[in-house]
Amino acid sequence: MRWINRRPVRSVAVLLAALPFALTLLAYVVGSEVRRAENPNDKLLPAPAEVIERAAELATEPDRRSGDVLLWRDTAASLQRLAVGVAIAASLGLGFGLAIGLFPAGRSTLASYVAFLSLIPPLALLPILFIVFGLGEVSKVVLIAVGITPFIIRDLSQRVLEIPTEQLVKAQTLGGSSWQILLRVALPQVAPRLVQAVRLSLGPAWLFLIAAEAIAAQDGLGYRIFLVRRYLAMDVILPYVCWITFLAFAIDWSLRRFSRRAFGWAHTEGESL
Amino acid sequence: MKRIIATIAATAVIAIGLGGPAQAEKKDSFRVAWSIYVGWMPWGYMEDSGIMDKWAARYGIDVEIVQINDYIESINQYSAGAFDGVSATNMDTLSIPAGGGVDTTALIVGDFSNGNDAVLVKGDRAFADLKGEQVNLVELSVSHYLLARGLESAGMSEADIGIVNTSDADMVAAFATPGVTAAVTWNPLVFTIMEMPGVSKIYDSADIPGEIIDLMVVNTETLADNPDFGKALAGAWYETMSLMAADTEAGKAARTAMAEASGTDLAGYDAQLATTKMFYDPADAVAFTEDPKLLQTMDFVRNFLFDHGILGEGARSVDDIGMAFPGGATLGDTNNIKFRFDPAYMVMAAEGKL
Repeated sequence: MRWINRRPVRSVAVLLAALPFALTLLAYVVGSEVRRAENPNDKLLPAPAEVIERAAELATEPDRRSGDVLLWRDTAASLQRLAVGVAIAASLGLGFGLAIGLFPAGRSTLASYVAFLSLIPPLALLPILFIVFGLGEVSKVVLIAVGITPFIIRDLSQRVLEIPTEQLVKAQTLGGSSWQILLRVALPQVAPRLVQAVRLSLGPAWLFLIAAEAIAAQDGLGYRIFLVRRYLAMDVILPYVCWITFLAFAIDWSLRRFSRRAFGWAHTEGESL
Repeated sequence: MKRIIATIAATAVIAIGLGGPAQAEKKDSFRVAWSIYVGWMPWGYMEDSGIMDKWAARYGIDVEIVQINDYIESINQYSAGAFDGVSATNMDTLSIPAGGGVDTTALIVGDFSNGNDAVLVKGDRAFADLKGEQVNLVELSVSHYLLARGLESAGMSEADIGIVNTSDADMVAAFATPGVTAAVTWNPLVFTIMEMPGVSKIYDSADIPGEIIDLMVVNTETLADNPDFGKALAGAWYETMSLMAADTEAGKAARTAMAEASGTDLAGYDAQLATTKMFYDPADAVAFTEDPKLLQTMDFVRNFLFDHGILGEGARSVDDIGMAFPGGATLGDTNNIKFRFDPAYMVMAAEGKL
């Protein structure tokens, strides 16, 4: 049988899925052993037990200086920035997406402008954002919003444009006004797409969040990583990276669940990720 | 079986992209790293002018001096074993390589900051006026240490102010924004910020002379196994020092080359040298290293690092990491000495025995 037609049985599939993870872990453990045989205090690849112990400490014990439990304080700060930034981007994306997709006048005014904006690398704007919005929370939130809004607008306006003309015609023959068509025909159809666009934007949103926190901050997941980077404190960096990955996964998973529950009809066809 | 494990281990190390730790053994080729800073410019000059090669050849070895653009990265690379020596401050040496278990010796005490690091505020104000304000600085750096010492002298503590970690690359732009009212940084950034209207300096490293020290540190085992490496570095360094200090055309040319390499001109570089106490004469460096005040300074530094949780990971007490000083004096755990001030090679230079 050809390889492209061979499907591993379930138990093998699970093993195969675990293999790359196990190999990575093994490479780490071996590398750590080798380095620590030379220098027991090696900071670059601390022993897994040490990393776990330190992670537990970060999550439970208050910091010597501030009295806060660092992991939770950083998580709260970062998630708040992320939530506000993404919420702003999603609302702007939905509003402008509908305006561009549904109204020819909106399209003429905004489509090329948004396309132009979406080409500006947001990180290049950072110094300008700092001058305009200061070094505080505002500029961090604005960076996230600026970074992902154009993508969401373009994605949603394209989706609105793809609504079959027949539907718009029918709605009009039934006496629907522009406002009613927007609310009853276009909005329900792009709502699941908005969730999808937000899910896809979360990767860049995290990137912008961490970039902003690296430059000037008092707390946050990215702040902590860049702070302890100075001391090669891998036993802090590794748990933080895993935690960020977990948070990102959890957010993505909840959005998918939400979309399936709220817009079940949009998930009927075929497999979807 | 053993071979398989060895192969896997080797592959793992390569896969993770790291060389092994510096091996202590007799060898004839060495690499030291340095980064741009007023007191470290001679390292670049030594490489470019051939002074280093000349001294290395005298001892039959090879020494390569590599410039690293990011200071902390250069120390991290040294700690990871990629270099045999690195230019670093006393505080960063204690917290990064020594705190990370790499036994490190201060081979050359080059200078101390005598005004290069400063606390800058907008308006004509003093420490007491900063109560409740945010201060921007590179957290956990010598700037942070300077601020802590300044607050102490004014009878205040870090709890009275807020600290915003700000990358040095963005410090000047940050200071130009209205939200930033106070910052701590180092030269040449201090010069740039002082040019803005209404900025005043309320505290600088000249208020704590001899506490922010710039060193060339090397791996202790490598040095013990290869004394010629130490001799070549010290010889080349002090030849460059006497050249730099000389009021001759050659001395001027050397300083001009260093100025250009640091992105300024001779006048700008001389202005930075004015706030740097260079030890041009090895005898001065030896006297500084042997002064008991160094012990007191390092005691301040280790307490600062411990209070901020950065005296090496898992350090449970301020005494966890031991330090050795000339004359047999020590601080901390004598069974875990990781940072040594050893004037032996500077003495050889002072006595003309290199």
